[in-house]
Amino acid sequence: MAVGVKVVARPGSLTQQMYVPAIAEGLGVTFRHFVKNFWGNLTHRRGQTDIATIEYPEQKKPYPERHRGLHRLMLRDDGQTRCVACMMCPTACPAHCITIVPEEAPDGRIEKRPRIFEIDELRCVVCGLCAEACPCDAIRMDTLEHAKPTYRRVDAILDRDELLSRGSRSVAMQGGVGAFWREKVTGKRQAPPAGEVVPAGPPPGPVRPGPRSM
Amino acid sequence: MDYGSTAFVVVAALAKIVFLLLIFGMGLASILTWMERRQSAMMQDRLGPNRANIGPVKAWGITHFLADAVKFLFKEDFVPPKAHKFFFALAPVLAMAPALIVFAIVPFGASVCVGAATEVQPADCTQPLRLQIARLDAGLLFYFAISSLSVYGATLAGWASHNKWAMMGGLRASSQMMSYEVTMGMAVLGAFLVYGTLEPGAMVSQQWSFSQWGIFSQPLGFLLFLTAAIAETKRTPFDIPEGEPEIVGYFVEYSGLRFGMFFLGEFLEIVFSSAIIVTIFLGGWHFDLPFFSPEEFVRTHVPNWVFVAITVGVWAGKVFLFSAFQLLIRWSLPRFRSDQLMQLGWQRLLPLSIANVLLTAGILLYKQSG
Repeated sequence: MAVGVKVVARPGSLTQQMYVPAIAEGLGVTFRHFVKNFWGNLTHRRGQTDIATIEYPEQKKPYPERHRGLHRLMLRDDGQTRCVACMMCPTACPAHCITIVPEEAPDGRIEKRPRIFEIDELRCVVCGLCAEACPCDAIRMDTLEHAKPTYRRVDAILDRDELLSRGSRSVAMQGGVGAFWREKVTGKRQAPPAGEVVPAGPPPGPVRPGPRSM
Repeated sequence: MDYGSTAFVVVAALAKIVFLLLIFGMGLASILTWMERRQSAMMQDRLGPNRANIGPVKAWGITHFLADAVKFLFKEDFVPPKAHKFFFALAPVLAMAPALIVFAIVPFGASVCVGAATEVQPADCTQPLRLQIARLDAGLLFYFAISSLSVYGATLAGWASHNKWAMMGGLRASSQMMSYEVTMGMAVLGAFLVYGTLEPGAMVSQQWSFSQWGIFSQPLGFLLFLTAAIAETKRTPFDIPEGEPEIVGYFVEYSGLRFGMFFLGEFLEIVFSSAIIVTIFLGGWHFDLPFFSPEEFVRTHVPNWVFVAITVGVWAGKVFLFSAFQLLIRWSLPRFRSDQLMQLGWQRLLPLSIANVLLTAGILLYKQSG
């Protein structure tokens, strides 16, 4: 069986086959872009150019609202961690990067709290399953920060206090019952102290500088 | 130190060599390495390298070429164990040296009238100092002879590296450069006929008026020569010897300063091919314009040395702009395939260049006889 050769007729007008007019046209396109970008950049009018470059360290593109970044642990109204050490997140974690050692909580209404809560950000695959598994809205990944590079591996392991330092108060239902967990416990509704409830929406994240001209 | 004495000739030649090769040629080639990246970025709606700075002096990142040089100096100079040591070391030199040597024939400015340089339009320029390193009657033949040697650089690099990809790159380089040298010689034959000389200085002096520029008497010759010259520099759309996505090329085993020499040699070839095209087709250092003659005005109104300085500046500006044009071509056109390259060279450019020679000869014969 001989291998056949099929000659494909190349479409192309005479100007394309002569090369020179087609090349001149192409050079015109690139030259127009060059002049526009060069002149706009030279006269510090970046807005008039087509340049798409973001000059990273000085200029950052804001992460999208639902970006999964570094973890943080959320707080109750009284500033304690919302985490009840239920072990849902280390169970859900496919990378086994969460270590929780529970302890007895002094507050009688809560059974446990984490004595040690560590997340190895080098192991984390940023899947977000931990935040999804949490019944208490205690762990979130909405810091809009990415894991910082470190000189030592151990520095990439975030402990409880560091995770809590990024935390803020959550208005979600604790334990998934009732509008306010106090209502369930005390039987009467207590308005949260004024100014302590953070309204729902994006938390006060890290500073996100907008686009800056050169 | 009298005009015409041995000492004068030697000092003048050395001064011209230092200016043309070390200051202009190397300087422009170095800056072109940065310009290539910056210009291509601007063409592609990017910013390109704009970070390098010396203290507070940033100047759009123009000092990137210095950073590159420092980097090349401090990188490991790796030689493959089975490489041919001598030829491996020789190849970068052979790739760079011809591009430097051929600068000798390029006239880069009007003649200085020694002894009367401060006079406006010296009446008798009895002691002219030509701004051309060597005035050879063989002229462009010398250029073809020397630039043919640069094929040895690529081929030797490919062979001595003991690497199959480098070998293929070297083979491709040799076949491509030999093919396009034929077209190159043929393309410039028409210009020889028109000018009646091989000497670049005489060619430039015949292009004193704008309408006398070689590009108008030899438009086809200009296009063919330009194409062949780009092919000689082994750059896109003729960068088959390199072909980054497929074989990387004849210098794949080179690192550090040896690679830097190939790199700089490539840009020196751009500068030189621009210089030779400016000399043959674009009026050299003349700056006559279509409807008025600034050159004539300047020549009759400023001291001789100022006029010479302006002509050198004009020549340098033309070479710079044409180098930028070559970069524009390199970043606009896609690469040919190897067989397409040969087809273009032998089946289209060569017949066209021969036709150009015949046509030019016919027209000249008709003009002379009638």
